[in-house]
Amino acid sequence: MPESDASQPLLRARGVRKVFPGTIALDGVDFSLAAGEVHALLGENGAGKSTLIKCLTGAYRRDGGEILLDGKAIDPKGTVDAQNYGIGTVYQEVNLLANLTVAENLSLGHQPTRFGMISTRRMNAHAREVLSHYGLEIDVTRTLDSYSVAVQQVIAIARAVTLSGKVLILDEPTASLDAQEVEMLFTVIRSLRERGLGIVFISHFLDQIFRICDRLTVLRNGRLVGTETTSAIDRVDLVNMMLGRELEHEVRSHGKIHSGTGGTRLSFSGFGRRGRIEPFNLEIQAGEVVGVAGLLGSGRTETAEVLFGVAAHDSGKATDGDGTALNLASPRDAIAAGFGFCPEDRKTDGVIADLSVRENIALALQARIGWMRRISDREQKAMANDYIRKLDIRTPDAEKPVGLLSGGNQQKVMLARWLVTNPSFLILDEPTRGIDVGAHAEIIRLIEDLCTQGMSLLVISSELDELVAYSHRVIVVRDRHHVAELTGADITTDNMVRAIAAPDREAVA
Amino acid sequence: MSGLGVFFRRIWPQLLTLAVIVGLISVMFPGFFDISIANGRLYGSPIDILNRGAPVALLAIGMTLVIATRGIDLSVGAVMAICGAVSAWGITAGYGLGATLLMALSAGLACGLWNGLLVAVLGIQPIVATLILMVAGRGIAQLITEGAILTFNHEGLIFFGSGSILSVPTPVVIWVLTGALVTLVVRRSALGMLIEAIGVNLRASTLAGVNTRVLLIAVYMASGLCASLAGVIAAADIRGADANNAGLWLELDAILAVVIGGTSLLGGRFSLIASLVGALVIQAVNTGILLSGFPPEFNLIIKAVIILIILVLQSPAMRTLLVFFSRDPRGVAETEKETVTP
Amino acid sequence: MNARFLPLLATLAIFLVAYAICYAQYPAMLSTRVIGNLLTDNAFLGIVAVGMTFVILSGGIDLSVGSVIAFAGVFIAVMLRDTGLHPLVVFALLLTLTTLFGAAMGATIHFLEMPPFIVTLAGMFLARGMAYVLSIDSVPITHEFYDTLQKIYWLMPGKGRLTLIGGLMLLVFVAGALLAHRTRFGMNVYAVGGGTHTAALMGVPLGRTTVGIYALSGFLAGLAGIVFSIYTSAGYSLATVGVELDAIAAVVIGGTLLTGGSGFVAGTLIGVMIMGLIQTYIIFDGTLSSWWTKILIGMLLFAFIVLQKGLVWTTAKRRIAGG
Repeated sequence: MPESDASQPLLRARGVRKVFPGTIALDGVDFSLAAGEVHALLGENGAGKSTLIKCLTGAYRRDGGEILLDGKAIDPKGTVDAQNYGIGTVYQEVNLLANLTVAENLSLGHQPTRFGMISTRRMNAHAREVLSHYGLEIDVTRTLDSYSVAVQQVIAIARAVTLSGKVLILDEPTASLDAQEVEMLFTVIRSLRERGLGIVFISHFLDQIFRICDRLTVLRNGRLVGTETTSAIDRVDLVNMMLGRELEHEVRSHGKIHSGTGGTRLSFSGFGRRGRIEPFNLEIQAGEVVGVAGLLGSGRTETAEVLFGVAAHDSGKATDGDGTALNLASPRDAIAAGFGFCPEDRKTDGVIADLSVRENIALALQARIGWMRRISDREQKAMANDYIRKLDIRTPDAEKPVGLLSGGNQQKVMLARWLVTNPSFLILDEPTRGIDVGAHAEIIRLIEDLCTQGMSLLVISSELDELVAYSHRVIVVRDRHHVAELTGADITTDNMVRAIAAPDREAVA
Repeated sequence: MSGLGVFFRRIWPQLLTLAVIVGLISVMFPGFFDISIANGRLYGSPIDILNRGAPVALLAIGMTLVIATRGIDLSVGAVMAICGAVSAWGITAGYGLGATLLMALSAGLACGLWNGLLVAVLGIQPIVATLILMVAGRGIAQLITEGAILTFNHEGLIFFGSGSILSVPTPVVIWVLTGALVTLVVRRSALGMLIEAIGVNLRASTLAGVNTRVLLIAVYMASGLCASLAGVIAAADIRGADANNAGLWLELDAILAVVIGGTSLLGGRFSLIASLVGALVIQAVNTGILLSGFPPEFNLIIKAVIILIILVLQSPAMRTLLVFFSRDPRGVAETEKETVTP
Repeated sequence: MNARFLPLLATLAIFLVAYAICYAQYPAMLSTRVIGNLLTDNAFLGIVAVGMTFVILSGGIDLSVGSVIAFAGVFIAVMLRDTGLHPLVVFALLLTLTTLFGAAMGATIHFLEMPPFIVTLAGMFLARGMAYVLSIDSVPITHEFYDTLQKIYWLMPGKGRLTLIGGLMLLVFVAGALLAHRTRFGMNVYAVGGGTHTAALMGVPLGRTTVGIYALSGFLAGLAGIVFSIYTSAGYSLATVGVELDAIAAVVIGGTLLTGGSGFVAGTLIGVMIMGLIQTYIIFDGTLSSWWTKILIGMLLFAFIVLQKGLVWTTAKRRIAGG
């Protein structure tokens, strides 16, 4: 049976299963990768992409199924072991050492030695040689952190290919690259494909998938949805495979029209910060939801951070509805002005994992009234229980450390933290990322409720349908500029995609 | 689930440790618990533990707050020496007791401010930032005492070392009062929660509007203030400021007290009372060894053993092992229990 | 220019400027005699600082070295007094002991996943305690082999003496530099200092490296103990209190990043020499008090920590700006 035939895949996973306490992360997933193909692995956050990768590379012990490389069953014990089998991985955050030189990074653990001493000359020569295949002519004796993320990414790929040589797994390699850098990376990927490597490509960017991938596999909720040839499928089909469910609001094809009766709540003019987001004008009405659309790294999170004073603006000014100037130099200033902000990365920027649900909810309000006037335990508890009920936060009680809750519930705790401060303007960065379907719909409903109560919201989301569902107005961000503003009937996914995908200004000029 | 219940669940290991050590000593020395009053002051081994433990207990108060923010203050021993020197200098220069104490406490606050600025404003790692003052501090203290042991005979200042209030030695009164006061301030206000939030996740706390910069500086200043109290007591005790030896290695004892008290070096949840019990554990061991006639040098070996035991008990590796054996992860068990409790 | 050489150059510049100032005031300071003494007086500190460089490069810290030096001195003195063993045999025993001691600390740090700070603190107490147990009093060493060792020197031009221990220190620095910059072990040390998790993903054997680093530090602390006993002809359990701080200061003033991952063994030599120079200057001056040494070293520490912080900051900033 294991005799190789022409169609035998390079890497094959059969019925891979992985169970975590409380969830089945992978439920009998099949996957196959041929030599000389780029194979996209797609799915929403939590679909099981990274779990599958970790099972393939031995970072996780799988609970069932088998993995075959060249028709032989393998059982890698860890990343290094997988590498020895021939499977190399490059993660989103470059997994190299910034303090070592480029050459040292490329040869770490495999340095050429003579009598136990590393031959620096040979090591550097080897590094130059390797990198020349990738079109990189750089000083390999400089430390890695002297180079841009894109160059570091290519160096990481070079290392992985040199050490493994059969399968290359790229986990969101383009997330923090600009268009030109993506192009450079694609050139590298194409040449590796020609050399006969099997490449697994994980990305959120659909157009990149269509440009570079031969086949694609879609996962959803830990199950295999299907594997297709890229040329035989269009974007709509793909999105359907990925989402596979109709949003409650999807019947509506365009955004809502704001009555405009609430009056102006905030206006920002020439607001921006050098190197993060170009100056923009923005006016927000009471009870209005402003959506922000754009790719990762386009400047959408930067917009939120400048508004909230995380990275203080260095140009422009902000005024409230009465025309009074607002000082927004720090988060504390923004909170004093009635702002609230749920950041994208809940784990590092949002929740205080070891503190209880109660304390997490009370934190922002407590910080605002100052340390002297402590909110009593009774009030805190009442507040927490109130929101646990209102937002349906699934926790045994208010004293549970918030780090032990699921992503969706943590997100609700974050929302509760701001809602108790009764903000007039709430900024939500990817509020539905990485949470389950049920919580997803609840958060969308909540956004709508809040705006009918008169709150103004700025919601950043990479799910365009979602923006259509609740936005009165959508700002499209590209390349650190606010490039388009859609209102009412113009808010459609098509329009947003067109604005996001429009050629860059520089390219036009 | 009452507040008191939670409190005892938190500190029973520390209390048990202290009880076991005191028990061992009293078995070996039946006269251990004999307390007498002479010249209007309590005497006896238990009193001695409380009294001798004063500097470490005071340092442990500040150190607990610093460690709760995920920091560490290596400079407290040197700050003790500086403040001891300032108080000796002030009293011999004829400034009067009030002014002298004010100067000594201000010196401690200034040292804390320096550390706090380095940590909170320049963003230097706490262990690195406080190392500077740890190295330079004794030089500064020697500069003040001009290298000699600066002795004094001012009754008022000496009172802080060997006097007594209602027959309780003054150092005991000072550390108990300071401990109670700080606990009260930290737990009755929101400071405790905010400090714990900073220790768990500094960035998220900043984004939630917590004034992390000011709080961090305040915590290091509190540590400096506690060190200056300890420095004054230590100087008053020997009636002189010894820039070389005052508070030598006490920063390590203070850290040890906090570690025994169960506050994680990675910041977050803290208990001042547990740290104070930890300080008493250290002092009880000291006294026990003194009583038993072993050379006091054995202390160090015992301290090393204590650290090793705590390390093993607290280590993540050990926790996995326990889970492996009991097949009943503690976290899960506790959550279930809590859900049942009304 | 390559930014990682900047702290090293700063160290060198400070050393040269300091020496120039000294020379301008006391021309006698530029003589091989003073240089010879500088090397001899700081030999034990230099040797232990080499070990500390490895520890700090890996992102760790070793608080035990001062106590280990004291233990080494007492151990040698007591063994020579109470047994008929030849000093060389005693040296071998001692070095085995301190290396194993360091390795045990490394193993504790790695396998119990505890911070080096607290583990080596226990080591510090333990080593000092063991020294006390051996002897509380200072034990003189009177062995003819010691007299021989102390008399070995090489007369430099200008009548300066490069003693055995001074030479040994230079040798340790050369060996340390080779080990750090030209071996896989050395590269692994830098890798661990750059990021434990990443290093592990790249195949660096964390356990072996960590144990090796602290074993090396223990070995060199033992060697420094031998040198110190030759220097003082005695073993005293209260000796070399706080030497770990001097060693850390020398490493940082030598341009090594206290958070690990960046620095040079050669820089540590200059760091030790700067500290020695300050002391020598104060002795030459005669009116300045010894505490200025501590204050000056504290100021230098501050300057280097801020410099390093600034470098890290500018690199990060340049990258964000899309350099």
